[in-house]
Amino acid sequence: MKDTIAAISTALGVGAISIIRVSGEDAIEIVSKIWKGKNLKDVPTHTIHYGFIVSQDKTIDEVLLTVMKSPKTFTKEDIIEINSHGGIATTNRILELLLLHGCRLAEPGEFTKRAFLNGRIDLIEAEGVMDLISAKTEKSRNLAINQMTGQVSNLIHELRNQLVEVISNIEVNIDYPEYEDIEVVTIEKIQKTNQYLKAKIEEILKKSETGSLIKEGIKTVIVGKPNVGKSSLLNRLLEEEKAIVTDIAGTTRDIVEGDILLDGILLHMIDTAGIRKTRDQVESIGVKKSLEWIKKADLVLFVLNNEEEMTLEEEEILKQIGDKPTILIINKSDLLAKLKLPELTFPVVPISALKNEGIDELKEKIKELFHLEEIEQSDYTYLSSARSISLLKKCQNIVESIEEGIESQVPIDMLEIDLKNIWNLLGEIIGETYTEELVDEIFSRFCLGK
Amino acid sequence: MYDVIVVGGGHAGCEASLACARKGHKTLLVTGNIKNIADMPCNPSIGGSAKGIVVREIDALGGEMGRNADKSLLQMKMLNVAKGPAVQALRAQADKITYPKNMLKTLREEKNLEIKESLVEDLIVEDKKAKGVVLEDGEKIFASSIILTTGTYLKADILVGSTRTREGPHGERPSNHLSDKLREYGFDIIRLKTGTPQRIDKNSIDFSKTKEEKGDSTAHTFSFDNEIYYDVDNQEPCHLIYTQPETHQIIRENLEKSSMYGGLSDIKGVGPRYCPSIEDKIVRFADKERHQLFLEPESLYYDDIYLQGFSTSMPRDVQEKMVHSLPGLEHAKILKYAYAIEYDAIDSKQLKQSLETKVLENLYTAGQINGTSGYEEAACQGLIAGINASLKLEGKEPLILKRNEAYIGVLIDDLVTKGIIDPYRLLTSRAEYRLLLRHDNADIRLREYGYQVGLVPQEKYDKFLLKKKKIEEVKELLRTTKITPLEETQKYLETIPTTTLKDGISLYEFLRRPEVTFKHIKHFLPLTIDREIEELITIDIKYEGYIEKANKEAAKMVDLDNKKIPSDINYDAIHNLASEAKQKLKKIMPTSIGQALRISGVNPADISLIMVYIKKEYHHES
Repeated sequence: MKDTIAAISTALGVGAISIIRVSGEDAIEIVSKIWKGKNLKDVPTHTIHYGFIVSQDKTIDEVLLTVMKSPKTFTKEDIIEINSHGGIATTNRILELLLLHGCRLAEPGEFTKRAFLNGRIDLIEAEGVMDLISAKTEKSRNLAINQMTGQVSNLIHELRNQLVEVISNIEVNIDYPEYEDIEVVTIEKIQKTNQYLKAKIEEILKKSETGSLIKEGIKTVIVGKPNVGKSSLLNRLLEEEKAIVTDIAGTTRDIVEGDILLDGILLHMIDTAGIRKTRDQVESIGVKKSLEWIKKADLVLFVLNNEEEMTLEEEEILKQIGDKPTILIINKSDLLAKLKLPELTFPVVPISALKNEGIDELKEKIKELFHLEEIEQSDYTYLSSARSISLLKKCQNIVESIEEGIESQVPIDMLEIDLKNIWNLLGEIIGETYTEELVDEIFSRFCLGK
Repeated sequence: MYDVIVVGGGHAGCEASLACARKGHKTLLVTGNIKNIADMPCNPSIGGSAKGIVVREIDALGGEMGRNADKSLLQMKMLNVAKGPAVQALRAQADKITYPKNMLKTLREEKNLEIKESLVEDLIVEDKKAKGVVLEDGEKIFASSIILTTGTYLKADILVGSTRTREGPHGERPSNHLSDKLREYGFDIIRLKTGTPQRIDKNSIDFSKTKEEKGDSTAHTFSFDNEIYYDVDNQEPCHLIYTQPETHQIIRENLEKSSMYGGLSDIKGVGPRYCPSIEDKIVRFADKERHQLFLEPESLYYDDIYLQGFSTSMPRDVQEKMVHSLPGLEHAKILKYAYAIEYDAIDSKQLKQSLETKVLENLYTAGQINGTSGYEEAACQGLIAGINASLKLEGKEPLILKRNEAYIGVLIDDLVTKGIIDPYRLLTSRAEYRLLLRHDNADIRLREYGYQVGLVPQEKYDKFLLKKKKIEEVKELLRTTKITPLEETQKYLETIPTTTLKDGISLYEFLRRPEVTFKHIKHFLPLTIDREIEELITIDIKYEGYIEKANKEAAKMVDLDNKKIPSDINYDAIHNLASEAKQKLKKIMPTSIGQALRISGVNPADISLIMVYIKKEYHHES
């Protein structure tokens, strides 16, 4: 039947412990082949055991092993999780052994896929789990978990509840026109509901935008002419956070990038050192290339030298940045100022990369720019998948068309069709089937009869 | 030997037998009592929200209910005029004497139709095929097709207080064995319940304490024949009253005497949610201070007034107290007491979309036996069952109306796909595309089908084609006729009032303005067309955007409905299918992916699995 899959389910090399997960009919049998400890076939489900991973009598690692038997597991199949002591080599070695003994390497998200296909989780939960898998920071893990536990669903439910009240009331007005003692829904009431929807949807979408920044990380480019202090700024930021600097293969020192954590928000930093390659050209800062980078970024750190006047190229780039979140960084602020800034709306932060001054102020500014402090730990009430966001945007369009409809005196009957469409789309976001729901609602809310 | 036997002479049976006979098939209608043919045992009204549109649909397809109602009107009203064009529907008070009389006359005049007075207690079945019926005296009658329209008469029990009596409405004899036989043949039998309120002597009511409710001052007809039989200026009024605190107190004090609240301990029937008894309403909506009641005239020929909203299964002495607590009814004389009725029905999931049963070939069922309630719901099923039994005899494909084509399609699809728990009533909220299923365009939607199955005569069809042509001509004229900012025009626009013109616009554009009606169009373009054509054109133009949207949505559904599921599909062979979904799919055996999606408990993941399976198992062969 279905094969048994295995994968390393924690990020390689980061944590103190790596977890290797095995799921499938033969999970227990395969793991037993590389295990020295209690007989796994006899242990009760959902228990943890101490022992060793061995290969031909050689101990590979000292591990804790969790046994969860079908069906009360994430995938509804037998699952074993091996908690190894980490280290890329060891973890990889254990995985190799598992594959050698009959497991297949899981595709990305395959555990979730199995959970979904086996009916363990619904669509929105599945999306949440997918996010959890690729979550890079604590905050984004929280977001993923919240989606699973239904905070997002609750919010959508609340909107739908508000909607269904109005919808079912209109339906009753239509189906039981002779009942005069039932409140008649007026255009004004629809307008009020619509305004409420508009505000709520806007709020969720705005939060979702920030939410996607939390999940994906903020793509930050550092631009500026050579020797203006880009690399030292990057190093300052990275040093502080003790993150890993990686050179991207094949580009040698063209682009240096690294991730830093800013109060739990991931900043994906790219130093555009590569644009310096225009050594032979008069243009010392590649305008075109810089603009390309800026286009891809969520945040631009534009480094200027306090000691020098602005070049034409710098001015050109500034002009074209547009409304992209940008911070102007005046480096060497401890030295004599020759720089004259044109009138700009961008925030300015003076720093001295060399003396490590102004770095905290810069971080504060970044947080301010993305409203990061507004996102409370408990307030992860936004959508994090493209599918959900696009469905909500559809709702937003309909809300607008209702506004237009009210304006042009469209009858209630038609406005209600639009309200119902929103209700259906919201239902789609949380993956609910809605066949009889509305009719049930009508009869539970209103008193009708012959 | 007959072509078709129809069992039951209610609204479903009448339409079924007329359809078969009119299509040239030798038809026998078996009914327990000829005098009760087309009887209206509950409220004296036909139509209402959604239901009124169904009557129009029946008429467009060539059925009888609309014409017959037009001949029997006491009052006529267009509902929901202010709420929008898609939800307007006719509601009539129909005379309970005239309506059945007119229908019986029509049945008697049909040359291929015979009527026999008897009860059917069994079917003749061979090889899972229905071949005929067995009457109560043992007589066997054979036919190619059987249509069961037994209404509430299968093991009917009348419940009043703590008494249970085995009888149908009006004390008629019920069928005691047919439902057991159906169970033996493989049908799942469910038990349902409904009720009816008291009838009050008109002369004992003080109408000065009530609010009068009149009919519309413009004439309407259900039928597209547009023949007006009633005197618009002389309609019978209804009257509105409210329950009193005393009424509620009486009910609360006597609650345990009601059949439903302890009076009877053996109630299995599930009552309709939309039609709760007054004691239900008072228990479930305890904080509501009063409930609306209507006094509706039943007939010009006797004095019964139907007390709408007061259905109950309280014992008679309590009913007396309850009725006398109502304003204007202090000295009311109760002519008939309210009662609840329990009856057997079949599980509608055992039906095909054609209304032929999956259990026995050549057996069709329609009306309350399928779990619906309401005269209109029954009649339209009878018509479809009659049409499809006939089409099968003729070796043709059945007529299956889609959810975007007719309320009838919505109703039948709901029955066979979702099944029912309580008696099913049509509601506009059950239709996803109600903007397409309007009162005004029922003939545009369905006349063609009626003609093709042979129930709409050539003459009427030609009239319909003319109407369609006229509509297109007028629309074209509106598109091509322009009005320009002439001083005279601007002055007229100010009188409407509407904003004046900057540039010239077509009348088509002009009609889109919310404040502009067809009357204003006629100022510029002297047209003499029927009011119904004016209305249809106005709606089509004013709400073009909304209608287009609905059509687009409907196209998506039609697309899914066109993805057929092979009838020999083996759901057990599809891995990972959720067990609830599997069970339901096996019972309902949906014919299309669209239908499968509408089954509750079948989720989109199941659908993907089914689609993958079909692709793998069936498509490589072709």
